[in-house]
Amino acid sequence: MTIHSSNPHAGHLLTPASAAASPGAAPASAGTATPAGAGPDSGVPSRTSPDGADGSARPTPGKDPLMLRGHAFDSRFILGSGRYDLHLIKAAIDNAGAQIVTMALRRCMTTDNNVLDYIPGEVTILPNTSGARNARDAVRIARLAREVCGTDFVKVEIEHETRYLLPDNAETIKATRILSKEGFVVMPYMFPDPLAAKALEEAGAACIMPLGSMIGSNRGLRMRDFIEIIIANAHVPVIIDAGIGRPSQAAQAMEMGADAVMAYTAIAGARNIPLMARSFGHAVSAGREAYLSGLGAVTTGRAVPSSPTDVNGYLH
Amino acid sequence: MAVATPISVTALIRLGKLRPDRVAVEVNGLIVPRAQRDTRQLNDGDSVEIVSFVQGG
Repeated sequence: MTIHSSNPHAGHLLTPASAAASPGAAPASAGTATPAGAGPDSGVPSRTSPDGADGSARPTPGKDPLMLRGHAFDSRFILGSGRYDLHLIKAAIDNAGAQIVTMALRRCMTTDNNVLDYIPGEVTILPNTSGARNARDAVRIARLAREVCGTDFVKVEIEHETRYLLPDNAETIKATRILSKEGFVVMPYMFPDPLAAKALEEAGAACIMPLGSMIGSNRGLRMRDFIEIIIANAHVPVIIDAGIGRPSQAAQAMEMGADAVMAYTAIAGARNIPLMARSFGHAVSAGREAYLSGLGAVTTGRAVPSSPTDVNGYLH
Repeated sequence: MAVATPISVTALIRLGKLRPDRVAVEVNGLIVPRAQRDTRQLNDGDSVEIVSFVQGG
């Protein structure tokens, strides 16, 4: 009997796909997985802005939830659990107000100091499929993750080169179709191609997670134009994942109508991790409230007076 | 790593000093559900993967 031991140089759970039949060859039907539509009963917040005519200054708590396949979250910030000190994870979660935290699945050498021991019980674990190089790998990892902690949530990420870590949209669509039929809440990380976003939605994705720029690059919303097209056409939440390097960029993403933001590197790279986590939490809330309240028009080539302009009132 | 067989999945987890609630076990590419860990016997030639969560993403 062989027990595969961890290869510190590979770092990945999965070895190259064997020649066996791929589960990725499953029928191409979207099955019964219906993306949550943005309607009055779906729980997906309307993209139109409330007028605030009643004078209320903020969205009613619990009335502006992020909906992921029937699961409601008050927080619109998803935290990566990354590589920082295990003892800082809880502080980062608490300070950012995050309710969803990602983690990865790897070959197990020990369960001492297991990351799950450092996550508060009410937090939703979002396993990612990092290490997957195709749909078949991703499906395998998702099923194993569900077996470890019983979660139906999975962030599908499929990459097969290490320089740019770009997600493979075609394989991601395949994996999404299979996993959503198996009852998973599929959250696919994707390259912001609006056509692929549509295909993911049709494959049963619970949301769309376009990258803002390369993972860990802190370069912000470089793909903005295409993310805007995705947001304008999506019927499921759009969550900006990857590249958000500072709170102002998170706020920007939310202002333009993203439903949530995910970050890790920007927080892990801070001198004071809990404080940066808190700043991200504020930025996401601020951006969301700005989006809901309706941003003013941008003008070009002329000023718009903000004081009365009746000439009879001027002191000259 | 090689171990003497036959051995149950539960016994293998114990042998590795792993916490059963923190791992998933796959034998020859198929997950062994928790409920079957006691009864599933591993034999010579079986390929076993044991996985757990780590920080990431």
